[in-house]
Amino acid sequence: MLITREDVKKLCHLARLEISSKEIEDVSMKLSDIVDMVNELRTAETSSVLPMAHPLDQAQRMRKDKVTEVDNHEQYQKNAPLVDKDLYLVPKVLE
Amino acid sequence: MHEATIAHLSEKLRDHKISSKELTTHFLARISRLDAKLNSFITITEREALAQAEVADARLKKGDTTPLTGIPIAHKDIFCTEGVKTSCGSLMLDNFISPYDATVTARLKSAGAVMLGKTNMDEFAMGSSNETSYYGLVRNPWNYEKVPGGSSGGSAAAVAARLASGATGTDTGGSIRQPAALTGITGLKPTYGRISRYGMVAFASSLDQAGTLTKTAEDAALMLQAMAGFDERDSTALQETVPDYLKAINGPWQKINIGIPSNFFDDGLDEENAELVRKAVTVFEKLGASIKEIHLENLHLSVPTYYVVASAEASSNLSRFDGVRFGHRAKEAKDLTELYMKTRGEGFGPEVKRRILTGTYVLSAGYYDAYYLQAQKVRQLISQDFARAFDDVDIIVGPTTPTPAFNIGQKTEDPIQMYLNDIYTIGANLAGLPALSIPCGFVENLPVGLQLIGPHLGEEVLLKAGHYYQKETDWHKQVPPVHED
Repeated sequence: MLITREDVKKLCHLARLEISSKEIEDVSMKLSDIVDMVNELRTAETSSVLPMAHPLDQAQRMRKDKVTEVDNHEQYQKNAPLVDKDLYLVPKVLE
Repeated sequence: MHEATIAHLSEKLRDHKISSKELTTHFLARISRLDAKLNSFITITEREALAQAEVADARLKKGDTTPLTGIPIAHKDIFCTEGVKTSCGSLMLDNFISPYDATVTARLKSAGAVMLGKTNMDEFAMGSSNETSYYGLVRNPWNYEKVPGGSSGGSAAAVAARLASGATGTDTGGSIRQPAALTGITGLKPTYGRISRYGMVAFASSLDQAGTLTKTAEDAALMLQAMAGFDERDSTALQETVPDYLKAINGPWQKINIGIPSNFFDDGLDEENAELVRKAVTVFEKLGASIKEIHLENLHLSVPTYYVVASAEASSNLSRFDGVRFGHRAKEAKDLTELYMKTRGEGFGPEVKRRILTGTYVLSAGYYDAYYLQAQKVRQLISQDFARAFDDVDIIVGPTTPTPAFNIGQKTEDPIQMYLNDIYTIGANLAGLPALSIPCGFVENLPVGLQLIGPHLGEEVLLKAGHYYQKETDWHKQVPPVHED
């Protein structure tokens, strides 16, 4: 197996993604198949090739440094699970 | 009237032979009568649709119109629509009401198009069969036991079943063209950057592109006209002027050179599919195109390249779903890490989780160079293959998919088989090129798609070739036998 159960647990922590112990076996098997498939990339000779990060070969556009967005926090916070006095609430971080 | 094209309906609306309200009511009734089994819509926006139809009728009366004024269309549920749920096919966004319109939906709205509703899709656009949606699978109107393709499967099924005149979609690796092919309609993925991505839920930002699902290439031209163009709010939106697409496709036929990639016809391609594609090429020959065989050397690496690049970008883009600012949030979490882990564990389905984990793996220390950097280099090679081909030919023609629509459940347990479905479509996304899928025949009563790939900003030549092909053939006029439920 290319991706072990331990690897899956580590990846889940890195991605902040919980998966159940029942799912781990299946995930490890399917990720192994995927990694096996993408390993074919290693067959390509690329020592003199520049990586392509993006399909557009153009410079980043700059804009004037001025405020264009209005304050919409009330509207945006309507979608928030838990808000108090305009603040997003999360479980206690500091003791 | 549901069988008419947008171009035809537009004429009738402007001649006051029908009103947008009549048309909208007709489509809404069809949806409520016929969609229960297809499941192509997640949200039906009846109230908004009727209000927009009224506005459109007032515009039509005044003569203040565009070709889309009063035309009922559907939006893939990946585009934000102010005041309406945008779920992206996921439990994660099941409670998300868009605070604003995406540029695509805003532009179509201001052109006067009427929104019938939001269509079903693979969760976060990750899938090729529309089986990963939190809202259930979509059925293919040609055969209810088959998938409609994905990820824009709801949009494709809705247009094919004549539940909407046209629909928006997005295409990251084939998600417009593949479902268009499997449902017998016309799907256009424009050049990367031609249409703004603002307000479109991000999957893989260097590949995502909005486009259209319609009955004809002419209708695709009409929708593209309203959607395309520079947008200050998308840093990757192209600044090039938008040409007049309708004028372009109606211009006289000019002799074009068509390249046929020999490796599009390898073992993976269904023999009957291949035969139909070869037949379609002869239609272009009769129109006076010259045909040349070409070879895209690195095509076989496009699927692995895509799954590294797209998953890497997805794992980064989807990190925004944290249960804090919007979307699903797990109920019991004792600390912040647990809140993130549980929220994401509950909110995402298995395919989305696999892609996030694949992306996390290829970006993690020790693997970055071997996978992500190598994939970016191979992406360069694939892009160069296309660039070299376009030195000699005007468009590239081949199949859209290896086979017609497959059975529901057939590939869900084998991600690799599912991924290989996109082998002919992924190249255009990696290179940022425009591509069109049009119907070119049937295998056992299931539609087959012909794919046309163009050079950078080559929408005019693609749509014109599609339009001329559709003047010579009637595959696009075939309508599936949609059943009353």
